[in-house]
Amino acid sequence: MSDATSIRVEHSNRASRIGLAIVSGAVIALAAAPWWADRASLRLLSEIYAYVALASLWNLLAGYAGLVSVGQHAYVGLGAYVLFALAMLAGVHPLVAIPIAGFAAAIISVPVALLMFRLRGHYFAIGTWVMAEVFRLSAAQVSALDGGSGTSLPAAVILSIAGTRQMREFVVYWIALALAVAILAAIVMLLRSRYGLALTAIRDNELGARSNGVDVARVKYLVYVAVAFGTAMVGALIFLQKIRISPDTAFSVNDWTAFVIFITVIGGIGRIEGPIIGTLVFFVLRQTLADLGAIYLLILGAVAIVVMLKAPKGLWGLVADRFGWQLFPLERRLVIGGKQPS
Amino acid sequence: MTSSILTLSKISKRFGAVVIADGIDLALAQGEALGIIGPNGAGKTTLFGIMTGTVPPDAGQVFFDGADITRTTPERRCRMGIARSFQIPQPFGGMTVFENLVVAAAFGGGKRERDVYARCAALLEQCGLADRANRQAGSLTLLDRKRLELARALATSPRVLLLDEVAGGLIEHETAALVALVKEVRASGVSIIWIEHVVHALIAAVDRLVVLHGGALIAEGAPAEVIRRPQVAEIYMGMEDLGIEADA
Repeated sequence: MSDATSIRVEHSNRASRIGLAIVSGAVIALAAAPWWADRASLRLLSEIYAYVALASLWNLLAGYAGLVSVGQHAYVGLGAYVLFALAMLAGVHPLVAIPIAGFAAAIISVPVALLMFRLRGHYFAIGTWVMAEVFRLSAAQVSALDGGSGTSLPAAVILSIAGTRQMREFVVYWIALALAVAILAAIVMLLRSRYGLALTAIRDNELGARSNGVDVARVKYLVYVAVAFGTAMVGALIFLQKIRISPDTAFSVNDWTAFVIFITVIGGIGRIEGPIIGTLVFFVLRQTLADLGAIYLLILGAVAIVVMLKAPKGLWGLVADRFGWQLFPLERRLVIGGKQPS
Repeated sequence: MTSSILTLSKISKRFGAVVIADGIDLALAQGEALGIIGPNGAGKTTLFGIMTGTVPPDAGQVFFDGADITRTTPERRCRMGIARSFQIPQPFGGMTVFENLVVAAAFGGGKRERDVYARCAALLEQCGLADRANRQAGSLTLLDRKRLELARALATSPRVLLLDEVAGGLIEHETAALVALVKEVRASGVSIIWIEHVVHALIAAVDRLVVLHGGALIAEGAPAEVIRRPQVAEIYMGMEDLGIEADA
């Protein structure tokens, strides 16, 4: 069969090369933001990065591995509390505490996954929410961090990040950008690897994946733990920037799960670009409509319903399928004898 | 006398009041091609589910190569060498046709991704999918999805291949090509069980035919002889027409 015809596999195409150039350009411009943006804009951008990261992680979990967790705020809050505990009680430098918070969450997620994976479908979803409640109630019991009323990072901890206020804001901004880029890059590399093949197969057809030798349970387990790791780091950074923490804000189902699901669904679940597009849409809506109060939330709900009905693959799915766009080179295209079959 | 590679021992399965299998014994010999026929709803596909591990039997055991695999997961059975095509195709719809095969070859075949590209490309050629290699599997016609089922099952490098109604909808020369392909696969040492309504295709490709009805194997033997038995003809009315009927 393979007489004279040579066989090659290409990952990138024209669309993905353009996409990657756009992404690289955007990252460079955003890294330079401290020179062209004011303080409020930097804060807003940091928040956007946090949501891109959280939504990308949730997309990996729910969109690819089929684990529809509605309790990821458990790991946002856990990461934040680990950072506060390490910085305030153990004297760990807050920036060092961010990766430690990730590892702590990964370790805790192992037994949590054991418990949660006994539940199927919507029971799993409910179970994750209940688990997040358990986390919140536990955090309220930690009297060293002022329990239910919450606490603030002392000045000494904040000063340890950088000497001047401006430099502190720059450092936190760059870390927020770096973390989001690192998480996205890790997801791209994961999806391009052997695990990515398995994950995409699971996304498309779990029965088919199992019947073709993919150890679905193991892949799901690893994804759950990896996502807990990333989510907790993002959570730690969010609250380092906020300086103040309480169980209700750190374990907020609204802020860290509902909005994240909204973002992923309107952007396009099960596609790596979806959460990025979804975050941009979400922030445009928020910045223009937030003054409307409850009506703003009604509009969010209406947008979600319209997108789900009219564009079930999300906004990115709608345009990407029509124009063949892709931001990242994830496909494996077969080239036979120098030619690409359709 | 060759030893059996896949064995069902006293397998029973019921869904509510419907008895699918009532103490079925069935052994597939090494290198054999076995055909299974039976009326719709007789439980042929469920039997494949029991062999591949997606359906747990109520009682009885499944053996592969002498080892009890009754409680082995579907993914492990696939890696041990039991591959299956689904009657209702189960493609990875968002992946390309080529990527579908790469998944099966890399995971089912237990190989490194890089090492399976050439084989997957060859299989696409063999199964008539080469010109659609980079198409999304979800956009394929039903016929091409069935081709993909077969190609993907072969990509796992199986020792036992379970085919579930792959000939339905094929026109005459395509059926002939399919029979030739099945024979070729078998000649390479793969044991085969084939469930099929297109009986003339089946008879051309298998050594032995069993008839499943009412939870039991009611007939077994040489294909041409089995389908002429009165008891088989009775439950399988208009058998001669079935090949044409299934094409509709």
